[in-house]
Amino acid sequence: MSPSPSTNTRKQQASGTVVRRQHTISLLVENKFGAFNRIAGLFAAKGYNIESLSVGPTEEEDVSRMTIVTEGDDPIIEQITKQLHKLIDTIKVVDLTYDSFVERELVLIKVQTSTATRSEIMQIAEIFRAKVVDISPRTLTLEATGSGQKVDAIIKMLKPFAIKEIARTGRVALKREFQGDV
Amino acid sequence: MTPHTRSEGKTAPGSMMTGAEIFVRSLVAEKVEVVFGYPGGATIGVYDALHDISDIRHVLTRHEQGAAHAAEGYAKATGKPGVVLVTSGPGATNTVTGIADAYMDSIPLVVFTGQVALHMIGNDAFQEADIAGITRPITKHNYIVRDVAELAKTIKEAFYIATSGRPGPVLVDLPKDVMAQKAPFQYPSTVSLRSYNPIVEGHEKQIKKAANIINEATRPVLYAGGGVIHSGAAAELTAFARKLGCPVTTTLHGLGAFPETDPLALGMLGMHGTWYSNMAVHGCDVLIAVGARFDDRVTGNVEQFAPDATIVHIDIDPSAISKNVRVDVPIVGDVKNVLGNLINHVHPLRTEDWRNTIAVWQREHPLRYQAGSALRAQQVFQQLGQLTGGDAIIVTDVGQHQMWAAQFFTWTQPRTHITSGGLGTMGFSLPAAMGAAFGRTDMPIISISGDGGFQMNSQELTTIVQHRLPIKIFVINNGFLGMVRQWQELFWRRRYSQVEMASPDFVKLAEAHGCPASRATTPEEASVEMERALAHTDGPIFVEFVVAQEDNVYPMIPGGQSVNEMLDTPIDPDGGSITIQPKGSHALPRKDAHVPVTVH
Repeated sequence: MSPSPSTNTRKQQASGTVVRRQHTISLLVENKFGAFNRIAGLFAAKGYNIESLSVGPTEEEDVSRMTIVTEGDDPIIEQITKQLHKLIDTIKVVDLTYDSFVERELVLIKVQTSTATRSEIMQIAEIFRAKVVDISPRTLTLEATGSGQKVDAIIKMLKPFAIKEIARTGRVALKREFQGDV
Repeated sequence: MTPHTRSEGKTAPGSMMTGAEIFVRSLVAEKVEVVFGYPGGATIGVYDALHDISDIRHVLTRHEQGAAHAAEGYAKATGKPGVVLVTSGPGATNTVTGIADAYMDSIPLVVFTGQVALHMIGNDAFQEADIAGITRPITKHNYIVRDVAELAKTIKEAFYIATSGRPGPVLVDLPKDVMAQKAPFQYPSTVSLRSYNPIVEGHEKQIKKAANIINEATRPVLYAGGGVIHSGAAAELTAFARKLGCPVTTTLHGLGAFPETDPLALGMLGMHGTWYSNMAVHGCDVLIAVGARFDDRVTGNVEQFAPDATIVHIDIDPSAISKNVRVDVPIVGDVKNVLGNLINHVHPLRTEDWRNTIAVWQREHPLRYQAGSALRAQQVFQQLGQLTGGDAIIVTDVGQHQMWAAQFFTWTQPRTHITSGGLGTMGFSLPAAMGAAFGRTDMPIISISGDGGFQMNSQELTTIVQHRLPIKIFVINNGFLGMVRQWQELFWRRRYSQVEMASPDFVKLAEAHGCPASRATTPEEASVEMERALAHTDGPIFVEFVVAQEDNVYPMIPGGQSVNEMLDTPIDPDGGSITIQPKGSHALPRKDAHVPVTVH
């Protein structure tokens, strides 16, 4: 061992990939004052990205489920799940990304219409199994449910007709129970 | 008329009490001995209930920031949670710096803040601040008590959360009306939180995996942090290191976790760590991190931190694992338990060659300073170590003096070094030393600040004098914000922007508070005044040490760099005599010891 400093750099670890990918994280949290704020604040304070966040009650009245869609490389996602778990109100943190899971998102789309375009818009709605939930002489409001990709697709199809407003819920997801081969 | 008939011990469990009474009784149940606080409109009722309780001592600080730092000092000196009680609005916001400081340094605090009545919350009421919102990112957890029936349970949880796992501050916001409402009081005996169960026992498989790696090491280093002290594991760490024959370096907060008189001691590592501890970490083949968090002041450039090492990391906080530096074998658990278990799986290592290599670094690059015309801060701390034999609680502030104290004092015992590390809060020392003095009477307590930091919380001198606390208050005055000036000198072309510090006559200032005071400007005067201060036990005593104005802390690894860029103490061949502060086998902390002086 020579008493001069090594010029090596810290070895790269096989697991330390720098590929950023989307992750769907499902959280069970105590339904307590400030819990939502704590989680949203954590993402802001640590500079983590939130693509969507949905929250609602569960089968237990004092527990809420949050579904967060975020993006990052493996070390960042590892930190996000650890930091979420560290919050006192967090009961369970599951990164669904590595499991098979069902995901749904709901979107309301208000499209500008005229007598000339209305039927074409309704045909598109039918293809996506979207429902008309409001109608006026100049607009149609559609409700569509599905994966984020499906929601993106219907929005893309309706874009040429001039979309006036969009409201998306963000993703909700649950792990699939049947994981075996059919 | 007997307005206060509710003294402790008279009420049967389950009897109706106001929130204020429940609060006070809960603190008694938690065996709280001292509360640091400041009353106000929103807490008058709470203070009324506190008035008759003889079991709890309330210390009226002169600023709420002082209360928060005092509670930190108390907690760090005793290992018990520090308790703060302040009013709403400005009372609460003034504790924010102390709370953030405690969060960064994992100090158990329970901070109670007054709040406006529930129906006024959100109305911009007088002295209203959303303190729960403000402190959410700087507390381990916080609460707003909305129902008096929840108060006792909330306080129980707050103390449990603050002191368990990785300790930290918990804030409990107390709306005024809730504290006036009544509920039956019974203090819960247990806490059950389904969402919070810290892991304290290390995983057996990970422990064995770590042992296998450690047993193969030829160039091991132990890197011990504040977690060793929080866990009460100094004895376990020492036994572990000695069994292995493994050199030990500590972080700033780890000082005292391992005796620096032990031949295996390398002193502190990091930006202003010893040359040889940084070299040892850089050259080691196995790094065992214990209760430390790979702070940037320790690692510098993470890519070049311990480049050849397999890293074992023991920590109670899973989120501290692989946060800054990826580690190979994490063990989540309480340091005391894990080391107590791990020691049974390791055997003595053949580290003679490695220790000889380190000894060469120690000989060639010791901690040292060269005598000049002015008094040197380094001498003050070195001499303090010799005069106290290490038997003193040293409470430092932030800046150059803090680093020199870490380097030149000889640390031998846990809970004798109290400082603001993570947040780096100037103004910490004086109130923190005050808090320590309420918790510890077995050792002299010495507050050390620079001229800048002292002026940030000097109002607590009055509190210290009022309680006749036997604190030795040392101000190291170099007329500058020295650490900023050092960076300006080294990295900003000596453009000294806003670092020259005009100060009051500190001796007169201390005397005006009723504290005996003196000034030392030469090495001889420094010795005399220090001895006089250490012999003074009747209340506080103040000494100003006027030291060299433009002195620098060395060694130094500039921010974000590595050992390759480490700057050692510059030596002028025609300059004065050189004094060395050894660590390890030649460190002699006893009162009769003399430190070897080498003259070039």
